Amino acid sequence: MAKITIDNLRHSYLSQPSRDEDYALKRVHLDWADGGAYALLGPSGCGKTTLLNLISGLLPPSEGKILFDGRDVTHDTPEKRNIAQVFQFPVIYDTMTVYDNLAFPLRNRGVDEADIKTRVETIADMLELTSTLKKRASGLTADGKQKISLGRGLVRSDVNVIMFDEPLTVIDPHLKWQLRSKLKELQQRIKRTMIYVTHDQTEALTFADQVVVMNNGEVVQTGTPIELFDKPRHTFVGHFIGSPGMNFLPCDVRDGKAMVGGQAIVAGNAKAAGKGKLELGIRPEFVTFSKSGLAADVVKVADIGRVRVVETKLASGHSVKLIVPEGDDIPTGKVHVSFAPAHTHVYENSWLAGDTSRAAS
Amino acid sequence: MNKIQNNKAWFFVIPVFILVAFNALVPLMTVVNYSIQETFGNNEFFWAGSTWFSDILKSDRFHDALGRSLVFTAIVLAIEIPLGLGIALCMPKKGPWVSVCLILMALPLLIPWNVVGSMWNIMALPDVGLLGRTVNALGIDYNYTRQPFSAWVTLILMDVWHWTSLVTLLCYAGLVSIPDAYYQAAKIDGAKPLAVFRFIQLPKLKHVLTIAVLLRFMDSFMIYTEVVVLTGGGPGNSTTFLSIDLVKYALGQFDLGHAAAMSLIYFLIILFMSWLFYTLMMREETSP
Repeated sequence: MAKITIDNLRHSYLSQPSRDEDYALKRVHLDWADGGAYALLGPSGCGKTTLLNLISGLLPPSEGKILFDGRDVTHDTPEKRNIAQVFQFPVIYDTMTVYDNLAFPLRNRGVDEADIKTRVETIADMLELTSTLKKRASGLTADGKQKISLGRGLVRSDVNVIMFDEPLTVIDPHLKWQLRSKLKELQQRIKRTMIYVTHDQTEALTFADQVVVMNNGEVVQTGTPIELFDKPRHTFVGHFIGSPGMNFLPCDVRDGKAMVGGQAIVAGNAKAAGKGKLELGIRPEFVTFSKSGLAADVVKVADIGRVRVVETKLASGHSVKLIVPEGDDIPTGKVHVSFAPAHTHVYENSWLAGDTSRAAS
Repeated sequence: MNKIQNNKAWFFVIPVFILVAFNALVPLMTVVNYSIQETFGNNEFFWAGSTWFSDILKSDRFHDALGRSLVFTAIVLAIEIPLGLGIALCMPKKGPWVSVCLILMALPLLIPWNVVGSMWNIMALPDVGLLGRTVNALGIDYNYTRQPFSAWVTLILMDVWHWTSLVTLLCYAGLVSIPDAYYQAAKIDGAKPLAVFRFIQLPKLKHVLTIAVLLRFMDSFMIYTEVVVLTGGGPGNSTTFLSIDLVKYALGQFDLGHAAAMSLIYFLIILFMSWLFYTLMMREETSP
């Protein structure tokens, strides 16, 4: 178990990187507390798996340092770092039984058989694998195999961190939910540092205490799920998290007020906005129909279960989405929409205006 | 539920049946026909029953040839399978050397069998061949045209040279298809290289190795061309394998009934051995 510090980490798959674009991971700083549940969230190719492999030691970084509890492990092998990793596809040793699979990491480290037995049985019990211990691992279903992969990480009582690289990719949808809650429950029970890589926001937001959103090899925002939802620091986070994503409208700022289509809109951080390209961001959850406000036309209504998503179009041609609870009336034709001031933010060059805690880029 | 009886689908099997009949069953039945009759030409046949079969099964000549074939195959498999696997494990997995290695490995496979025989025949000649001369110059008495042992060594060397590549290429294909995650997981689990080989590479190569063993068994058990060109079955009868003996009966002595019965026995041995190898190597798959 360890506190993880990632200091100025960069990585390029090229041997002679010169430009910024050559880096798959562009300078990342992170501090992760011991025993926390973290998620790395981002679209495919954003560098999250690269970051994970750097932490696990499967890749050597081009620059920067990785510290476990203040100890520099940048050049240590995965074995020396004492980490565990669960991969996208279940990795099991086909010829072994489930018991032998779980015992394998301990046997490699020369633990004596009696200790192995107690450890394996505890973990098998935790993962509900006890009834299959004597079976050959190759005969299990995908979720069973993935549990074995996870179990091999859990049997070692001293692992510094357990990492998950999109572990639910090959799991059936109805089992995904089960395995995910199992993971969360385990995390709370054993208080081991866990890092979970995914491109699925539901997985990330339900699993992690802290979510690191990545895009284009950079960390765009680190925060709790609530922070990511309420105050996205970058338009990318606004788009990526939430369903549907945040509405963004081009705007100007005059006298500390955001102006959209000639109408003033109150936004908390409008005063901080500078001269860059400005946009106004508002989550569909905080847009309502009103008597006054921006004029718009209702274009489309989609029922997604307990709520409905209404798409409207402003005179300028930009669309604004609203979320309307079931049972509420939806006007048709010409309407007016207004935004909740506390949840309306101004973005300058895609970054939240006036935000000083912005990640170094 | 009512089960609908509809056997019209069998019509679709007819083309395949005809194809199989013409390329396998009909020729095979011809051989069966010869094997139970005696003929003196002129298209006259006399019933012989199982005479040919019992003659062969009792004959020392057959036992010797069968023994030689089995020993040869056993030696060849014992060398080529581990060697081919070893070479495949040493080959680079990526980079410009991959294609160089693959081409080098594939070269022996592209050479016609009789050319392989001629090459080794000339190379191993004790007076003018590069190999034969060198070995003799080293003080080792080597002459494959006179010493059975030299002849065997030459044949085995030739077969290893010719066919190890096949095993290598099959194993290599199997190796590169193992996902990286397995090696990474093994690294994280602290597995030593030997354990990686034992628990990841070998189990993942099981299928290609089975195919390699089957192919090499069948080919080496039926080896003919190279041996005929290199030693012609000699010196004496020391390299007269089943295939060569069979041709001697069929074309040398024109003993068609005998040869036909021998062909069938030969065929059944190969069929049985292939089944045996396959079942033994695949048996773990089915057990729970």
